Amino acid sequence: MRSRNPFVMDCGVFTTNYREDMAILHHPAAKLKVLTIAAVFLFLPFFVSPYYVSVANLIGIAIIGAIGLNILVGFTGQISIGHGAFMGVGAYTAGILTATLGWSFWIALPAGGLMAAVIGGLFGIPSLRLKGLYLAIATLAAQVIIEFGIVHWPALTRGPAGMVLPAPTIGGLVLNTDTSFYYLILTMTVAAIVFALNIFRTRAGRAFMAVRDRDLAASVMGINIFKYKVTAFALSAFYAGLAGALWGHNLGMISPEHFTIKVSILYLAMIIIGGLGSVMGAIYGACFMTLLPIVLRELADFFGGGFAGLTHAMLAMQEAVFGLLIILFLVFEPEGLAKMWRNIKDYFKLWPFSY
Amino acid sequence: MAPQLVIDTLTLHFGGVTALSGVYQEVNPGDILAVIGPNGAGKTSLLNCISGLYRPSAGRIVFEDREITNLPPHRRAQLGIGRTFQNIELFKHMTVLENLMLGRHIHMSQGLVSGGFYWGRARREEEVHRRRVEEIIDFLEIESIRHKAVGTLAYGLQKRVELGRALALEPRLLLLDEPMAGMNLEEKEDMARFILDVAEEWGTTLILIEHDMGVVMDISDQVAVLDFGRKIAEGTPEEVQKNPLVVKAYLGKQ
Repeated sequence: MRSRNPFVMDCGVFTTNYREDMAILHHPAAKLKVLTIAAVFLFLPFFVSPYYVSVANLIGIAIIGAIGLNILVGFTGQISIGHGAFMGVGAYTAGILTATLGWSFWIALPAGGLMAAVIGGLFGIPSLRLKGLYLAIATLAAQVIIEFGIVHWPALTRGPAGMVLPAPTIGGLVLNTDTSFYYLILTMTVAAIVFALNIFRTRAGRAFMAVRDRDLAASVMGINIFKYKVTAFALSAFYAGLAGALWGHNLGMISPEHFTIKVSILYLAMIIIGGLGSVMGAIYGACFMTLLPIVLRELADFFGGGFAGLTHAMLAMQEAVFGLLIILFLVFEPEGLAKMWRNIKDYFKLWPFSY
Repeated sequence: MAPQLVIDTLTLHFGGVTALSGVYQEVNPGDILAVIGPNGAGKTSLLNCISGLYRPSAGRIVFEDREITNLPPHRRAQLGIGRTFQNIELFKHMTVLENLMLGRHIHMSQGLVSGGFYWGRARREEEVHRRRVEEIIDFLEIESIRHKAVGTLAYGLQKRVELGRALALEPRLLLLDEPMAGMNLEEKEDMARFILDVAEEWGTTLILIEHDMGVVMDISDQVAVLDFGRKIAEGTPEEVQKNPLVVKAYLGKQ
């Protein structure tokens, strides 16, 4: 085989029918790349320490949640500051079903997603009349109301104390370690990614994007704007609910502290930094925002060099670094990491020539 | 022959401003009706009333014997009314293909879940409609740009893609709001050819707003003239050209 510039994969690849042309991966090299990545993740727990497996779990959960938020914000153009609360709805629904009622986790997980979808759809109804900042405030209300409900309904949620959740079991296997949970999260993450990619190459996904880009034009193309806005809210909350239910059962406990407005903002930061309106962007953003505090902590430990005070001060800087990064991304690369990666690829396509 | 569209004494107020006042117009199936008039005469308001973006203050709109005055825009599209806009309203971040596939929305049926799994029916449906969209791409001669994001295209091509998106809906009544605005002569000739082909080959009824009188006289069957929200003349291009009221509206008193 000739050695080729790995960034130029789509050269000399021709399709002869529409099915091939519409495939997500229609270059053999791209298929190879995805297979390689899949193999790496499949065997990851065998060659890294359990700590990194637990980090991978958090990243997987964040990816599911971020894709969900990006469906609503990036693809449909509706803002939501209630994503953390929708995760809470999913986590608490699934938690109540498994911990209180003793149901199987495998029923509780989709039930958590569906409950979040219903609540999310309900809070999406104001989007018929509200846009932009006004809608943001309406979804902020969702966040506040749901948080209030979780704290002040102890009969159901045990209030501020939180709930202890049982580990899911499959056959005789109890998924109570990070490594065993890893494969559950890996499967769910891959499913979430593929489902989202498929949606945005079919009818409903195009309708979402049409509502985002030009809602008047969308309506004269026969798209029921209200229906698609509410659907986007419900689908986004469904992803959030699944992420929340997985997170709760991975942690083994949930409390109102886990689903505050800080979580909503964190997820917004993920999709802004990763790239609005891009499934890959949500993935990059979720990785970035989950790894950032870990890297910062390691750096603080390294440079703090044993001086507890210095390390502590550097850790306190974390929030500031977060904020700074969001501002820098908004200014220099509003389309996020996904766009940066595309730029890098485009650069090397022509390398070493600049035109 | 029964008219396909009846605009029955339509009146439209914006606060104190009267945009349309008692406009009556019948449109026969397969006709090309040009709506002309000075700026601010109410031409676009009339199209917006027909496609449902504005709700008229008084009067009725009847399309194929069905009153549509109070239907929302997406219901009217489902009945077969398509349109383009004066300021291009394409989905800029999407490719030409995606824009045209969006035009097929009302003819497709697969929903979110089916699309997300992309099994069997959803995939077959995409392929069937992709074939239909490719016919429109051939017709409009935009094969080479089908995978380009429309935001990156030249203005004239964007206008053509917008026409394509409206055609993908397979409308029986197509409203074109200044399809040739800002085009050079060659682009105008291309567009005029496409419009005539649509009317002839597809039997689509067309209502178009146009400022270029040469084009209007050449391609339209009927012309309606609006001035300050009133219809001041109607007839074949030749009749309208000689109408003293029209001359006055355009040139002022002689």
